[in-house]
Amino acid sequence: MHSSRRASFALKLSAVCGLAFLHLPILLIFLYAFTTEDKSYQFPPPGFTLKWFEITWNRPDVWAALKLSLEVATVSTILALILGTLCAAAVSRAKFFGREAISLLVILPIALPGIITGISLRSAYNILDIPFSTFTIILGHATFCVVVVYNNAIARFRRLSGSLIEASTDLGASGLQTFRYVVLPNLATALLAGGMLAFALSFDEVIVTTFTAGQQQTLPIWMLEELVRPRQRPVTNVVAMVVVLVTFLPILGAYYLTRGSVMSRSS
Amino acid sequence: MQQTIHPKGTDSGARFADIFWKKPGLLIFLFLLPPLLWLGVIYLGSLFTLLLHSFFSIDEFSGLIRYEFTLKTYAELLSPANFDVILRTILMACAVTVAAAVIAFPIAYYASRYANPKIKALFYLGVMLPLWSSYLVKIYAWKLILAKQGIINWMVEGTGATFLLNSVLALPVIGGNSLAVSYIGTFIVLVYVWLPFMILPIQAALERIPDSLLDASGDLGAAPQQTFKLVVLPLALPGVIAGSIFTFSLTMGDYIVPQIIGSSRRFIGQAVYAHQGTAGNIPLAAAFAVVPIAVMVIYLYLAKKRGAFDAL
Repeated sequence: MHSSRRASFALKLSAVCGLAFLHLPILLIFLYAFTTEDKSYQFPPPGFTLKWFEITWNRPDVWAALKLSLEVATVSTILALILGTLCAAAVSRAKFFGREAISLLVILPIALPGIITGISLRSAYNILDIPFSTFTIILGHATFCVVVVYNNAIARFRRLSGSLIEASTDLGASGLQTFRYVVLPNLATALLAGGMLAFALSFDEVIVTTFTAGQQQTLPIWMLEELVRPRQRPVTNVVAMVVVLVTFLPILGAYYLTRGSVMSRSS
Repeated sequence: MQQTIHPKGTDSGARFADIFWKKPGLLIFLFLLPPLLWLGVIYLGSLFTLLLHSFFSIDEFSGLIRYEFTLKTYAELLSPANFDVILRTILMACAVTVAAAVIAFPIAYYASRYANPKIKALFYLGVMLPLWSSYLVKIYAWKLILAKQGIINWMVEGTGATFLLNSVLALPVIGGNSLAVSYIGTFIVLVYVWLPFMILPIQAALERIPDSLLDASGDLGAAPQQTFKLVVLPLALPGVIAGSIFTFSLTMGDYIVPQIIGSSRRFIGQAVYAHQGTAGNIPLAAAFAVVPIAVMVIYLYLAKKRGAFDAL
């Protein structure tokens, strides 16, 4: 097809329109954060103001929700990094019975709809009489974050050839030294990328969280409440914009760290 | 960089680590233990209790869960009201999947076969950013768009196309008072939210088609349309199926989109949420939740037969 390496106009148009469809709604969020209208979602905005940023800044409930979200995301990411890396190291190092089953087990929490994970955990807490707490939220988040770290780590482990490790041990390095000086430097960027994505995933999660949080509000739960019963539209607009910016950074970071290899949420 | 490498086993920690290099099986076992314990106990254990709950029932008088085996709860799923919910959800998942495939294909096709590396990176980020950006913010954006004073109505009034919108909304079943409270609204938002999950696997499948195959097709006299239909499409199909696993599964389990944008008629996710919440009917919620699992197991089985997993 080298002879016809130019795309037809229709194809170009539908590709560009498709991308625009994906991006324009998010851009609209930025516009609304500055609107002076606070009773409805009027378009075009009657005027622009910065005062909602100040009002949002002084809201203790937003700060509390943000703090809980950051806490949960941090702990879940650390747990996912440990579990995901261990699992990837084992699966990539040897062919053994049940390898496929383990990959499936890791992917399952994200392949099945979030509501399944949510209701499963809830019914388990119910049977075991575990009260809801930050701990129960983290338990759920770490479970579906493992897959992201696992995917990034296993891709890197596959590229890290076994001969490198053999060379290191042949040259007299101990196991720990090989890990410290050969494996870790090769793995670091993949783990950083996986960790960032896991953080973004946890920071944004709402479906599983609604089942595993009691009275506590993470930032997404706070937003969900506002979506169902809008009470303070301007504050929600500002929070939405901040959430977009906060999640874009780790994604861009992960992209630059893993350029060349595939980064994807669940494959 | 100069690195002093100590001879093997100079300290006890290193000697300890050396055991693992001599017995790789032990190392792998120890590596696997924590993640398998976590996923096995917490995740599979929870899934199991969910399954277990679906075989319990709720006592109609006391409202408490009766912990004895029964199929009564599953029978309740077949009552007309509940069965409607299941049917509605599956139909919506099908519609969303088809629409996502139609919109995703040109994007994936252009990015994988025509774009130069720079444009390709741009497309990649262009799909990644919406994929990873906040799910709730995306829904919120559509709430702004579809609102009565929102941008859609503003454009419709500005172009004088009000009659067109009204006639679409007047359609039976899928229409409604406004876009924000109709199935059309729910459908658009679901397509929007899950579209990136369709683009990526299609693109991966298309990128794996070697150029030589297309050249060969052309050399053998196929017109570009024939090559597309007889070579590209069949090879892209596993990618489409892989993408459909995500869009189908994610749509079936979604309960937030239909709750915020849509009519009051429930989807499976909402039924699960409502029954476990205020009603406290965890058995019925569990039985509802088993439906998407069962559908996905069948779907995955069929997809595996078509080789969709290689495109994941």
